[in-house]
Order: sequence, then C-alpha cells, then structure tokens
Amino acid sequence: MDPRGFCRQSRLVIVAGKGGVGKTTVTAALARLAARLGLSVLIVEVEGKSGLAAAFGADDLTYDESVLCPATAEGWAEVRARTITPDVALLEYLEEHGLKRISRRLMRSGAVDVVATATPGIKDILVLGKVKQLERAGVADLIVLDAPASGHAVRFLMSPRALLDTVDVGPIEAQATEVLDLVTDPARCQVMLVTLPEETPVNEVVETAYALEDQVGTNLGPVVVNGLYPVREGLDVDPEQAAAAADFGLRPGEATALAAAAAFRSRRQELQREQVARLADALALPQLHLPALFDVTMGLPQIDHLADALCAGVEALEDMT
Amino acid sequence: MAGAPEPPEKVLTGLVAERGVVVCCGPGGVGKTTVAAAIALEGARRGRRSVVVTIDPARRLADALGLESLSDTPSVIAGPWPGELWALMLDTKSTFDSLVTKYASDDRQAEAILGNRFYRNISGALSGTQEYMAMEKLYELHDEGRFDLIVVDTPPSRNALDFVDASRRLTRLLDNKIFRLLMLPTRASMKAVNVAGQTLLRPVARVVGAEVVTDAVTFFQAFEGMEEGFRQRAHRVDALLSAPSTAFVVVATPRPDVVAEADFFATKLGDAGIAVAALVVNRMHPRYGAEWAEVDRERARTLVDTPLGPLYDNLADLHQLADGEEAHVADLIARVAPAPAIRVPMLATDVHDLSGLADLGTRMFPGPPS
Repeated sequence: MDPRGFCRQSRLVIVAGKGGVGKTTVTAALARLAARLGLSVLIVEVEGKSGLAAAFGADDLTYDESVLCPATAEGWAEVRARTITPDVALLEYLEEHGLKRISRRLMRSGAVDVVATATPGIKDILVLGKVKQLERAGVADLIVLDAPASGHAVRFLMSPRALLDTVDVGPIEAQATEVLDLVTDPARCQVMLVTLPEETPVNEVVETAYALEDQVGTNLGPVVVNGLYPVREGLDVDPEQAAAAADFGLRPGEATALAAAAAFRSRRQELQREQVARLADALALPQLHLPALFDVTMGLPQIDHLADALCAGVEALEDMT
Repeated sequence: MAGAPEPPEKVLTGLVAERGVVVCCGPGGVGKTTVAAAIALEGARRGRRSVVVTIDPARRLADALGLESLSDTPSVIAGPWPGELWALMLDTKSTFDSLVTKYASDDRQAEAILGNRFYRNISGALSGTQEYMAMEKLYELHDEGRFDLIVVDTPPSRNALDFVDASRRLTRLLDNKIFRLLMLPTRASMKAVNVAGQTLLRPVARVVGAEVVTDAVTFFQAFEGMEEGFRQRAHRVDALLSAPSTAFVVVATPRPDVVAEADFFATKLGDAGIAVAALVVNRMHPRYGAEWAEVDRERARTLVDTPLGPLYDNLADLHQLADGEEAHVADLIARVAPAPAIRVPMLATDVHDLSGLADLGTRMFPGPPS
C-alpha cells in the first residue's frame, strides 16, 4: 500500500496500547513518516508526560502548539505537537459556552469537581471534544493522538457512549454525540494498537481490540508489534568447533559466553515468532513490525529508523478498502 | 570508617523480613503484580504470614495464585514454606460498598447511597477509586492484624500519586464548598437547594443537564453524617502510609519511555516526602562475556566468513542492548539513591505459575532464607 495514502486514510490516528509497549515511540515514528511524505502533522499528547518531547530533543510540550521537529529536507513537513489536558480543555469549554464570567469561580468552588465526579468520562469527552475541534478545523493533514495507556484507552474512547447513558440534555450531550461520530467514522478516525511480541502484551492487545470494536465501534488500523529483535541466523553453532574450523583462538570463557548468548537470542527469537503467530491467529488485523533498537540514546536518527521500518511495513500491506 | 553499602538484594531481603507493609508502585506494564507476588512469597519463605493485594493481574498469574475472581477476602495459597502466603484480587466496588455500610448510621442510609447513580459512578470506573480502595483494603488488612507482611500492587496511574492521594480525594470532595452549600438547606429546612447553591448549579445544569446535578445533590444529602467517619479513616490510612514500617518499592523496566515515567514517579514521591526504599529494575537483558560491544563487533567483522561471525555479532548486539539499558536507568538509579537498585534479569517466559514466581524470587533474593 502507498504510504502517503496510508497516512491520509483518516485525519485522526489514535495510537493506543498498554504502558511500556512503546506507544510514544510509535506515535513519533508515524508522525515523522507522514511529515517526510510532505504531510503536515500535529501530535496531541494527553497525559502531560515528557517522553515525546525528549525523544525529539525538544522542550516540554504545552497547551500551545510548538514545532517538535522541523522539516529536515526539501519537500518534507515539520512535526508539530501540543498537549490537551482535561482542566484546560474544561475551562476553554466553559468559556466557549457562555460561562466565561463564572468559569473560574466554578473551578475554584469545586462545583466542577462534583460534576466531573457525577459524570464519568466528562474529562475524556472534553479532551476528545477539543481533538474533534482540531480535526474539523483541519489544523493538519494528520493528527496523531498519543492515547492514555490502555485500560485507560478503552475507557477514554468509551467515554462518549458512557456519557450518553448518563446525560440526556445540554451541550455536553451534543459534544459526546459529535465525538462518538468522530471515533466511529473510519474516514475520519482510526485506532492503531501497539503491542510487544510477548505473552501478556499480546493477550492485552487482543482484549483491547475486541473491546474497542464491540463496545465503541472504532475502526482499527494495523496492529504495531514493537520491539522485535532483528532475526539473526546461524546461531545454532558450537563455538569451539567453529573456532577450530576457522583456526581462531578463543579466550578463556569465551566459548561459554558465545553459546549462552546464542541460546538466549534463539530462544527469544523463537518466543517472538510464536507470539506474532498467536496474535495473527487471534486478531484478523494486518501487522506492522518495528525492530528493537539497540542504540543507547533515543533521538531523531532512531525515530527515522523506525519511520523507515513503518514505511516498509506499510508498503508491504495489501490495499485496504 | 563507614561500612561499604549493603548489597542491594540484602536491602530488599531486609524489607521483606522486617517491614509490615510494602507498596509496589511504578508505571504500567513493568511486572508490578509479579514483583509484588514474589515479595509476598519471599515473606512466606522466611516464615512470615504474608498477603499480596493484586489489582487486575494478568489472567494466568491470577490462575497461578488461585485467584478465580475479584474478592473481598484473601485466599490461602498452599506451598512448601514455613510461613503463610495469601492473595487477594481487589474488588473495588464491593470494598467501597462495605465501607459505606460500615459508616452508615442505618440500613436505610446505606441503601440510599448504594442505589444512587452518583455513588455508582464514584465506586465504579472513576479513576482514583481503585487506588483509594487498594489503600483502604491495605488499611483493613493491617488493622485486622492477622498478617505480618502486606504487599500491595498499585494500579497503573495517570497521576503518579493517585494512590497516596486517593483517600484524601473523597474527603476533599466532601469538604468542598459547594457540598457545604448543598448541605445547608437540608439542615435548616427541607427545601431542595439554597439560593447560593443554585447560583452555581444552574449554569452547571445547563451544560450537563439537571439530572446529573440532582443525582449529586441527593448523594450528598444521603451522605450526611458519614463524612466524619470517612475523614478519620482517611487520616489513619495516611498515617499508615507514612509509618516507618511501610516501605515503597518502585518497579520499572529499562525501556526509555518507562524509565522516564518511573523517574517522574520517584520525583513525585520525593516531593510528597515519601522515601523510596528500593528500586526494582525488571526484565534487564543479561550480559554475556567480559569484552566491550565494539570489540565483539570488530571480531564479527574479521570473522564474517566463518560460522563464528554471527555468534560474535549476536554477542555484540546483546552487549549493546545491556549497555543501553544500563545508560537508560542510570539517572533513575541516581534519583532514588541511597535506595538500592535491584536488577532482575529478563526471564525466558512470562511468570504464570508458582515455580515461575519462585524463579523470579531467586533473582530478587539470592541465597537461602536466613
């Protein structure tokens, strides 16, 4: 499939997955891929974490948009980013709905706390409502939303339905309806799930995928399997015999180290194959594979390396209709 | 001369042998539940009566611990250890329900609260409630006095301090001004809501609908008289968390994004005046051989046409990985110092039975119980 077409399938891509699977890294790689294809990209971060900015070597994100990564070549675009936190989104929402005069008083008095408690998902709706506003305004060709860690992710995307069960009048209902329209429209939004080739993360991504499809009705894009060891062949060799054949003198203890390292790698590669196959059996979604990075630091070269891998994976995908 | 610092594993063993409460916290997906269970198991191996309170464990681990469903009471796990090992999979809602029942003045008050939609929202999926109930369960088990060692696994939090702050959250809600405003009329007369309250609530009702507001008002009215009990209990939970017999263990893995989150976590704990007793860095890549990664890579290049080439390349790959991980965790380790860092190697498979847990235990607590 054409990578540019892939990045333009929907204006909003929500990257979701359990904590520790590299969701933020995938967000960065996808955004950079789109930017290198000349598309304007905005990353939205909702948890106030600093990992994303750090990966690009940029300052911490704020509610105001900033450039995370400039266009580094002719014809490429820049990657912009911002945060949307519930509190600021709420304040903005109140002000836009004619409550400017009393919005701060409402916050201070704790009335908002009470209402937020009374209405599950209202904070998530406000965040998603703001994202929807950006999507409608066409602020970028592609908006990549780094979703809260799953568990939270399902709840986050469930929020419009949950809210519509509780609230049946008022602007918040309208907001929830519009957000639900957004997250269930494949032409506007898709969810890209991220996992690792390990047992528990695979189980969890399968559960999340079913929950999102059945309970929310979102359109799921390919699953990203992150952190795959590049496969090394030729590890099933006895180091001492190989050394003798090559007429190479091993240092004391080296044969053991080489054999143990080879056994470790082979076992991990085997486990990884099993988990990838298991994921394919359990979820009828195409997979995109990203390599484990052996580098010490995370920076633009590493993000570009992952964007390359993502690009190759997308090219290998069959056209989706 | 001051003695050399104790080896990290010895400090962790000391916690298991001496402390009454161990709270395992850190980002999601790092193996917190497994680490918490391994700590409780080690307690049992050392002759203590230990219990682990888990939150949403992976299914196979739950099965291994004999946890079929959410529960309010711990179940015992039989095994060849001198102490006792118990486990409990937290049922947030029923823990909250029993707390309400405990502090309600009569059945009618309890029923009014338990049936209220606002209450069901708080006790159900509301973020922060799980943390609150985990701490509540911890306090309850501590209060019963039947365990020497209580290990709590904390939910993966959006906010690092959710679980420390959890018990204060409800009291803050009860303390807030609007609640007081709402309560005034019920004391004076039976009129629904007084004028001052209405001024604030009318615009809120315009945004979210009047029903939500009515639910909240009814809840606060039903809750009247119970807030003092809740508040006192919250203070006692706070006191337990800051008691010297309670230890906080931060769990992380050496992935850059996880380390960044754990670092934020440790900083927040420090800001709140909570000392980290130990850091467990889970799933570290093992190191093989004593050379530098570059040396091995160079050898692979020289030996590229022999079967030794891939073996050296692999050795260099793993070296590089281990070096990278060490670099990623360096700042975090410095942040929690003088608390020790216990490095736990990546195991061949996920832990999903007791022997896997015991295997993990031997990495965390080398040597026989003394």
